[in-house]
Amino acid sequence: MRDGVEDLEIDLLLEALFQRYHYDFRNYARASIKRRLVQARDQLGFPSISALQDSLLHEPSTLGRLLGYMTVQVSEMFRDPGYFRALREKVLPHLRTYPSLKVWVAGCSHGEELYSLAILFREEGLEERTIFYATDINPTALQAAEAGVYPLDRLKKFTANHQKSGGRSSLSDYYTADYGRAIFDKTLRSRVVFSDHSLVTDAVFGEMHLISCRNVLIYFDRPLQDRAVGLFRESLARKGFLGLGSKESLRFSAHVGAFSEFDRDEKIYQRQDA
Amino acid sequence: MTDAPAPTPAVAIGGSAGAVQALLRILPVLPADFPAPVLVVVHVPPDRDNALVPLFQGKCRVAVKEAEDKEPALPGVVYFAPSDYHLLAETDGTLSLSSDELVNLSRPAIDVLLESAADAYGPALTAVVLTGANADGAEGLKAVHEAGGVALVEDPAGAYSAAMPTAALQACPAATTMNLDAIASYLSHLGTA
Repeated sequence: MRDGVEDLEIDLLLEALFQRYHYDFRNYARASIKRRLVQARDQLGFPSISALQDSLLHEPSTLGRLLGYMTVQVSEMFRDPGYFRALREKVLPHLRTYPSLKVWVAGCSHGEELYSLAILFREEGLEERTIFYATDINPTALQAAEAGVYPLDRLKKFTANHQKSGGRSSLSDYYTADYGRAIFDKTLRSRVVFSDHSLVTDAVFGEMHLISCRNVLIYFDRPLQDRAVGLFRESLARKGFLGLGSKESLRFSAHVGAFSEFDRDEKIYQRQDA
Repeated sequence: MTDAPAPTPAVAIGGSAGAVQALLRILPVLPADFPAPVLVVVHVPPDRDNALVPLFQGKCRVAVKEAEDKEPALPGVVYFAPSDYHLLAETDGTLSLSSDELVNLSRPAIDVLLESAADAYGPALTAVVLTGANADGAEGLKAVHEAGGVALVEDPAGAYSAAMPTAALQACPAATTMNLDAIASYLSHLGTA
């Protein structure tokens, strides 16, 4: 039988996390959150979710450790190369017509997607006119994104992805290898603003020409997905673009009418005027 | 948030090396009016488009599709996990996908499907671990059994690769061992007992 007590414990912990620290995971897709919480409980050495909650309420350092389990996704640079190829070949020709550009990487985690976009825009000669906003709810992830350092053994995959995305340069031009780490060129983030922002509780974020938010919405339940997409809708400039993960879609969204399918296969949408 | 277990039965199947051939012995046997959704994780290379759906669509009487995030799991439909995403069953009867880290070096992972399905369906779940060369699915099958579900394992003696069924039996000794035809027959009679 399903363990009803454990589900109650999870409800209470999510409520505690929200009321005490204003991190709101209450409308995240439940099965995944449960899996992460059970993993956090076991690996942080608590006998129960309730014990974890007790520590969370009375020991603020538990928050950071728990957030690591609840938010961080391991991504790749140029993950799904077809997406970045579609940006390069189809979206950027539109963006090129603007004198200045704003790009928002929502849920940037450790920054793989951000650096991919920064490199893409540099290769296409648009970096100088662009400001990138990289946001996440997890301060530790934001610090990692700002550092731009990745284990060197991941670079083989990043490099292959970059080539498949139609890269015009060598990825090795953008990092230096040092003791098993790849340290990305800090000039790549000279036009990046890193910011703490929650798609769940925070508000609209500027007049964006491109919002890239990949594999974030799948963690939300339907009402929360609608909130986030509504936020993107309001944050986009007229005819601005929204890129989602390869298994995400606006098909079931309350805001589907506000967007057109710009590239159906790569899940790139364009905001239409209402 | 604490819904009762979904009343409808469900089937969850996981396999790795040799699993496509094994599934070809099982899924085409299911009748068009099969009374449960069938959730399937097969380990496939992450960079490839999922070729499983077109392969099985032409051979099955039940509907076959790739699972989409937040869609309801309907009876008579086989849902394959997309490559590079975990497939999870939710307690409200929907499916969700996740991009969480690899589990047992795999995404999709069988453990992730089976543990979430055990939670969502409890005793109404029938879970099957098929051929494979690793131990993914063993912990998940144990969770299925502990939640009161039916745990089936392909007979390692006849399996293309015995490692996965053997590991599942070690983790879940109470599971029932069957050959592929027996599994197909058992599943196709679900709900008609």
